[in-house]
Amino acid sequence: MDPRPDGTRISAASADPAGPGRRTEAAGHDLRKRARRVLLALVVLAPIVLAGCQLPTFGAFRGATTQGQDAFKLWQGFFIAGLVVGGFVLVLIVWAVFRYRRRSDQVPRQTQYRPFIEVLYTVIPILIVAGLFVFTVITENEVDAVPSTKVTIDVTAFQWGWQFYYPATGKVVIGQTLQQPQMVLPVNEPVTIHLESADVFHGFYVPAFNFSRYAAPGYVNTFNFNVLHTGVYRGQCTQLCGLYHSLMLFSVKAVTPATFERWVHQTSGHQPTIGQLKNQIRANGPGA
Amino acid sequence: MTDVITPAITGDGSRGSVAVEAPSHLHEEHGPTGLLKWLTSTDHKVIGMSYMITSIILFYVAGIMALVMRLQLAAPNASLVSFAQYNELFTMHGSLMLYLFAGPFAFGGLANYIVPLQVGAPDMAFPRLNALSYWLYLSGSITMMLGFLVAGGAAEFGWVAYAPLSNAANSPGLGPDVWIMALVLTGFSAIFTGVNLVATIFYLRAPGMTMFRMPIFTWNMLVTAILILIAFPVLTSALVMLFCDRHFGTHIFSVQGGGSPILWQNLFWFFGHPEVYILALPYFGIVTEIIPVFSRKPVFGYKGMVFATLSIAALSTGVWAHHMFTTGVVLLPFFSLLSLLIAVPTGIKFFNWIGTMWRGELQFSAAMLFCIGFLLAFLMGGVTGVMLASPPIDFFTHDTYFVVAHFHQVLFGTAVFAGFAGIYYWYPKFFGRMLRENLGKWHFWLMFIGFWVTFMPQYIVGLLGMPRRVAVYPSNLGWQSYNIISTVGAFIIAASFAILLWNFWVSWRHPIPCGDNPWDAHTLEWFTTSPPPHHNYTHLPPIRSERPTWDYHHPDAPAIPHGEGREPKRDKVLVSS
Repeated sequence: MDPRPDGTRISAASADPAGPGRRTEAAGHDLRKRARRVLLALVVLAPIVLAGCQLPTFGAFRGATTQGQDAFKLWQGFFIAGLVVGGFVLVLIVWAVFRYRRRSDQVPRQTQYRPFIEVLYTVIPILIVAGLFVFTVITENEVDAVPSTKVTIDVTAFQWGWQFYYPATGKVVIGQTLQQPQMVLPVNEPVTIHLESADVFHGFYVPAFNFSRYAAPGYVNTFNFNVLHTGVYRGQCTQLCGLYHSLMLFSVKAVTPATFERWVHQTSGHQPTIGQLKNQIRANGPGA
Repeated sequence: MTDVITPAITGDGSRGSVAVEAPSHLHEEHGPTGLLKWLTSTDHKVIGMSYMITSIILFYVAGIMALVMRLQLAAPNASLVSFAQYNELFTMHGSLMLYLFAGPFAFGGLANYIVPLQVGAPDMAFPRLNALSYWLYLSGSITMMLGFLVAGGAAEFGWVAYAPLSNAANSPGLGPDVWIMALVLTGFSAIFTGVNLVATIFYLRAPGMTMFRMPIFTWNMLVTAILILIAFPVLTSALVMLFCDRHFGTHIFSVQGGGSPILWQNLFWFFGHPEVYILALPYFGIVTEIIPVFSRKPVFGYKGMVFATLSIAALSTGVWAHHMFTTGVVLLPFFSLLSLLIAVPTGIKFFNWIGTMWRGELQFSAAMLFCIGFLLAFLMGGVTGVMLASPPIDFFTHDTYFVVAHFHQVLFGTAVFAGFAGIYYWYPKFFGRMLRENLGKWHFWLMFIGFWVTFMPQYIVGLLGMPRRVAVYPSNLGWQSYNIISTVGAFIIAASFAILLWNFWVSWRHPIPCGDNPWDAHTLEWFTTSPPPHHNYTHLPPIRSERPTWDYHHPDAPAIPHGEGREPKRDKVLVSS
C-alpha cells in the first residue's frame, strides 16, 4: 500500500534528474541580469513619475484642518513606504514560490547562513524605521501643538451624547444619540478644544479632520483644530461606551468668523443638563 | 503499522541510534481505560490533545458569533440582534478567540504535545501540574460560556473591559463577574503551563540537545512561556482589582474614590501587548518548522532567528501604550519608536522564511500552502501595523475598522493560517493517519480567498470613518457595500472550515496510515512512531544539529556551517530513502 496521500510524494527513485524543469546556470544568470535592469529602471523612473502627478489619497481623507492635512501627508508617506517594502517582500515570496517549486527529488544545497545578507536585512530595516520615526515625530509635534487661541470650546461626552460649551459667552449645545448635537466653530482660525467625559471613556472622532482623542473621566485632553473650509463634518464616538455606543453621533459645523460671532452670542435658551439627558435615554431609549 | 522509513524503529545500532533507558513499567500503560483514563491522564499527549480539541470547538463557536455579527452588519440598520446582544457577541467573540482559542491551542495544545517530543523528553516536567492546567482551562472555558445563561446576559464591555465601563454601576449583573472568574481560571492555567514549558525545556532535553540545537518551534515556545510568566500575572492581578471595585467597595479604577481609570488600560495592555506575541510567537514557530521541511533545507539564519524572537519578546514588554495613543496621557515618541522597532526582528523572520525557501525544492502540501497564506496575510497585517505605530496615523484609524482589519489579518494570519498549517502538518503524528491533501487544498484556497474578501473592505470602510463595535451605522455614507463584501467573505471562510470537519471525518472513517515520518521531516518527533508510545521514545538518534531526524536519514546532507556559504557548489546528492 502506498502510505502517502495524493500529491505529497516525498521521494521517488524514478525521478529524472535531467527533467524539463531542471534549471541551468545560464538561464539563472540571464534572469538575474534582466531583473537588475528592471530594478534600475524602476529606481530611476519612480521619483519622476511620483513628482509629476498628484499623489492619490490611498483611501484616507485629505484633512479639512491644517492638523489633519499634516497627518494626511504622513499617511501618504507611510503608505508609499509600505507599498515599496511590502511589495519588495511580496515579490520575493512570490518569486520563491514559483521559481523553486519542487522539480526533482534531489536534496538542494543545505545553505544555512549568509552573514552578509543577514546583516543587510537587519541594518536596512533599522534605517527605514529611523526615517519613519523622524517623520512621525515632526508630524506629531505639528498635530499636537496647542498654542493659545481666541475661541475655546469645552466638550463633555456622556452616555450617550455630547455637550459643547462656549465659556466666553456661556453658550451650550447639548444632545443625545440621534439628536446629533452640532458643534459650531469659526473657519481659518485655530480653536482650542478641552475634552473630557462625565462617565466612561468615549472617543471624539471627526473622520474628515483625520483626528480622534479619548474623552476621559478624571482628566482633560486639550487640542487644536484649524478648519480650512466651511461646511458640516460628521463625528462619532469611537470608544465602546456601553449600550448605545453605535448611536453616539454629532457633527461639526465650520462657519465664517462673523457668522460664528453672531451665533455664539445668541442665547441658547433652556437646555437640559447631562444628568437629565442620561435619565431620559435610560427611561425612553435613544431619541431623535 | 506501516513504516515509510524503518531504521528508526528497529533501532539499527550501526547507524547510531541509542536505546532510551526507561523503567520497564513506563513502557506500558497500566490503570484505567476509556473515559476514566482520559480524566486521570497526566500524559502530555493526552492533555495536549484535549487542549487542542477544546480550543478548536471554542474556535468554531466564536466563528459562528462572527457570522451573526457579519449578518447584522450587512445592512445599515439591521435588527437581527439587539444592541445589547451585539455587544455581548463581540465581547465573547474576542474573549473566546484570544483567551480561549489562539493562546491555549498553541501553548496548551501544540506545545504540550510537541515540545517534549522535540527535546526528546518522556513527558512535561510536572505532569500533574499539566493536568491541573487543562482542567483549569476547561472549567474557565465553561465558566466563560455560562455568561450567556446568567440573568442580564454575558459581559458587554469588549474583550478589553475598560474601566469604568466595567464597574458595577455601568455593567451590573452576573455576566461580567462570570467573565472575570473565567479569565482568572484560564490565567492560572496559562501560568502553570508556562512554568511547565520552561522547566521542561531547561531540564528535560535529551543528551546532545543543546539550546542551539533546539528546533525553532521549541525556542519560540520557551520565549512564549517566559512572556506568559511576565504578562499573565499582571492580568490576573488587574482582574482581582476589578472584582474588588465591583464588589468590595474599593476605588482602584474609579475617579469618584480617587482612583484612576487609565490605570486599568495600563495594566491591561501591559498584559495585552505581550499577549499579542504570546499568540504570535508559537505560530511563527509552527511556520518555521514547516517551511524548511517542505523546502528540504535547514532554517535559513537559525541563530539570527532565535535572536529575532528574543528581541521581539523584549520589545513587546515596552510597547503596551501604543494601544493608548489617543488617551492623551502617554509618551508618544517612546512608544512609537519601540513599536516601529518591532518591525525589524519581524522583518528578519520574513527574510529567514524566504531565505529558507530560496533555492529549495518546494513542495506545496496543504501544510505548506497554509504557511504561504500566513506569509502573505502577516505581510499585509505587518505593513498596516507599522502605519498604526505612528501616532498621527493612529489618531484617525484608532478604534475604526482599519484597526479591526489590521489585527484580524495579523491574528487570523497567525492563529488560523499558521495554526491550521500545524494541524495539517502534525495530524499524521497525532493519529498515525493522513488528512486528505486534496480536501486540505480546497480548505486552503477557500479560506485564502475568503480571508482577503473579508478583511480588505474593512480597511477601506475604516478609513471612511466606520468605528468598530457598532451594531448599526448611518446608511448615507456608502459603507454598506463594503460591509456586504466583508460578510460574503466571512461565509466563504466558514465554508472552508466545514471542509476541515469533513476532512477529519473522512480520515476517521477511511484511514490512510502515514508511517513515522511521512514528510521526510527534520525534528525529533518524526523519529518515533505515529502516534508516539507512552513516554515517547524507545530509541533516539544522535543529536548533532537542530535536525536530528534529517541527519539520521540524510547523513550526506548536513547544513552548511558558518562562513562556507560562498564555497563552490558541491555535487547534488540524489537520495532515495
